[in-house]
Amino acid sequence: MAEDQPRIFTRRDLLRGAGALGVAAAAPTGVLGAARDADHSAHDAPAALDADQARTGARPAREARETLETLTAAEADTLEAMCARLIPTDANGPGAKEARAARYIDRALGGALAGQREAYRTGLSALDRYARASRGKAFHELSPTDQDSALIDVESGSATPGIFAGSSVTFFNLVRTHTLQGTFGDPFYGGNADFVGWDLIGYPGVRTMVTAADQQQLEKNALKPNHRSAYDTEMFNKATVQLDLPARAKEVANGD
Amino acid sequence: MATRLKDTDVVVIGLGAVGGVAVLPLAQAGISVIGLEAGTWLTRRDFAPDEIRFNLRDWPMAVHKADGEVPSSRANASAQAFRGGSHPMMNGVGGTALHYWAQSWRLNPWDFKVVSETTRRYGASRIPKGSTVEDWPFGYDELEPYYDKVEYEVGVSGKAGNIKGKIDPRGNVFEAPRQREYPMPPLRGTAFIDKMSDVARSNGWHPFPGPAAINSRSYQNRSGCMYHGFCNKGGCHVDAKNSPHVTTIPRAQATGRLQVVTRAHVTTVEVDGEGRATGVNYLTDGMEYFQPAKVVLLASHTYENIRLLLLSKSKAFPNGLSNNHGQVGRHYFSHHQGGGVSALFPFDLKSWYGLPAQGVAVDDFADDNFDHAGLDFIGGGNLWVMSDRRPIAAAGGSTWNRAPTWGSQWKAWIKENADRSHGSYLQKTTLPYEDNYVDLDPVAKDPLGFPVARLTAEFKDNERKVATYIQDKMEQWYRAAGAIDVSRGGVGGAMGPSTHAYGGTRMGDNRETNVVNRWGLSHETPNLGVLGGSVMGTSGAHNPTLTAQALAWRTAEYVAKNWKAIST
Repeated sequence: MAEDQPRIFTRRDLLRGAGALGVAAAAPTGVLGAARDADHSAHDAPAALDADQARTGARPAREARETLETLTAAEADTLEAMCARLIPTDANGPGAKEARAARYIDRALGGALAGQREAYRTGLSALDRYARASRGKAFHELSPTDQDSALIDVESGSATPGIFAGSSVTFFNLVRTHTLQGTFGDPFYGGNADFVGWDLIGYPGVRTMVTAADQQQLEKNALKPNHRSAYDTEMFNKATVQLDLPARAKEVANGD
Repeated sequence: MATRLKDTDVVVIGLGAVGGVAVLPLAQAGISVIGLEAGTWLTRRDFAPDEIRFNLRDWPMAVHKADGEVPSSRANASAQAFRGGSHPMMNGVGGTALHYWAQSWRLNPWDFKVVSETTRRYGASRIPKGSTVEDWPFGYDELEPYYDKVEYEVGVSGKAGNIKGKIDPRGNVFEAPRQREYPMPPLRGTAFIDKMSDVARSNGWHPFPGPAAINSRSYQNRSGCMYHGFCNKGGCHVDAKNSPHVTTIPRAQATGRLQVVTRAHVTTVEVDGEGRATGVNYLTDGMEYFQPAKVVLLASHTYENIRLLLLSKSKAFPNGLSNNHGQVGRHYFSHHQGGGVSALFPFDLKSWYGLPAQGVAVDDFADDNFDHAGLDFIGGGNLWVMSDRRPIAAAGGSTWNRAPTWGSQWKAWIKENADRSHGSYLQKTTLPYEDNYVDLDPVAKDPLGFPVARLTAEFKDNERKVATYIQDKMEQWYRAAGAIDVSRGGVGGAMGPSTHAYGGTRMGDNRETNVVNRWGLSHETPNLGVLGGSVMGTSGAHNPTLTAQALAWRTAEYVAKNWKAIST
């Protein structure tokens, strides 16, 4: 992979991004149930939602909050708000909120990512304390602009002293990594709802066969996105080895 | 007390890329073989197109034995060794070949004769200082029939560039003569691969499609490749990737002379008072077994081959099996795969589908295919451009200092650029050196309490110079194809654990500097054979698997042909 010298993006650069917010993301995140209902009516086609529920066994989105598997309600408030700023809902369409990246993380923390449960417990609590101490409100109650500026402090490490155990940078990178997984991964794991992540980056979807004709269609920008989870293909539900065993979430750099 | 099992002719430790191939010529010759494999059988149902499962959570590697046996590593003897990350290898019938990229290269004749050819062409002073490199005990011609055999038995797609001296520019014009065409045509291209190929040709280079142990069409009643994009670290859902678990192992089983034993964790090789191997000890679910055998073949990949020998101490071999000359673990090196080059293009590459073995290669700067007279290194690199992308990695990739890494600006950037970056794969010559070696870690243990392997190794000046030279060529290629930005990785320090691990049980005629003889049998323990990259004394600039498989077939065939002399 590229080994870039990361140019430091200024606070102003990022906050300029926050200024470009779409209407949906500007809705207050404090009243979660109401905000979520409103957003879903805007972004979830009913048929797609039904399919999603059938696959994941999710409870209807109209309830105040989907049952959490691992996180507490307070942790989920903070995490959902953070995810929503990492990949915001804006003029370029749905973001981590609609993808339900936080649901992916909540589920994974009870399974494959269980080893990181403690890092979320301490990190989310620290983020909330930092928001209150520096900006006077719970993180999820801050305006998007204030949330972004708080997150810049977390990302840069300046939020660390006395509040974050270890470095806030580590926590930021952990959540960013998992938010990407929950937005762009297979919907089987609870995120990328309605394939909003794949549609955002133009990934035409999981297929079990890509013919030469498909590739040519892709090259002509004419390949229709395939909105399916890998596990919508029956053979993969019959794996002989159990899914979701705890493992290290670490990429290996080797090729073959 | 271990349960003593019924005698067999040959026991093979590890049914991966090499052990899984060696069982076939043995079984076909009428020899009874027991294959001990630490992992289990996996099937096409286990290989969903799922980036989270394979690329992020290391499944299925994490559920197997290897994950508790990650070697520790340090750059040199005064540095602190550490263990990190995951083991690059996995257990399972078929081994790491279940999920490898399946590039199936032959070595260049130069790789067999690095010392004599370098001396002849440039003078002896050009052998890098401190290197322990030797010529192989034989040349390319000796191995050619075995390359051919494995290419057809396992199934390799590609385009020949040199059939018995007749050069075909559609293939690799630098390859050594082969006796016939590949059994299958190459994998298909994409518009981007074709473009890169055209650009290479206009640079005056000689691009060609790379060889792969992947079916480009139906072969041996198995499907052709589906190009679905999850081949990299994933197994094949249609058995088009030609791992031994769908090729040579079932064929050996069909003879009735191969018995596959899974979840067998081998701990030591036993010897008698005269130093002959008598069999192996293994554990399954905490129960101890002793499997007696007339011949033992070690096929558990470089790190475990070395570790198992060093752990098998006896009166005859107080420093580890076949190690009375202190050569086990010596002459170790891993392929220099670092020093990468990536590029950003101003257009979509349409690389969401495909596989890492599908692409275009340039060998103009590999091995000794170019004149090194005015250069200050020997060897070179293979340039490889492939079609391989998955959504999480694409979204999480570098923003090339052109956008922040989160927020609305990032989102706008990734929406436009997720399919516009490309990473090349540069496979470069690495040599063995006096102070690069593998031994047992004095502190770190595996879950059974045995020491793990410790790597003491770093890339040296020659490797770093090769890397810089190859980066220049790759950057030139990308820029000529219209890249608007090019990024280069560091050219190398410590050698961490790698799938491309070589040496440690090197093959050669001189028993003072080599563990196995020209047939892959131990100089000190004549009924012990060693298979895999650990017998190779040079790497060349190409992936090792096909060469290791050709050597494994050759060793197995030699054992079968000389059965009486070797087994008694």
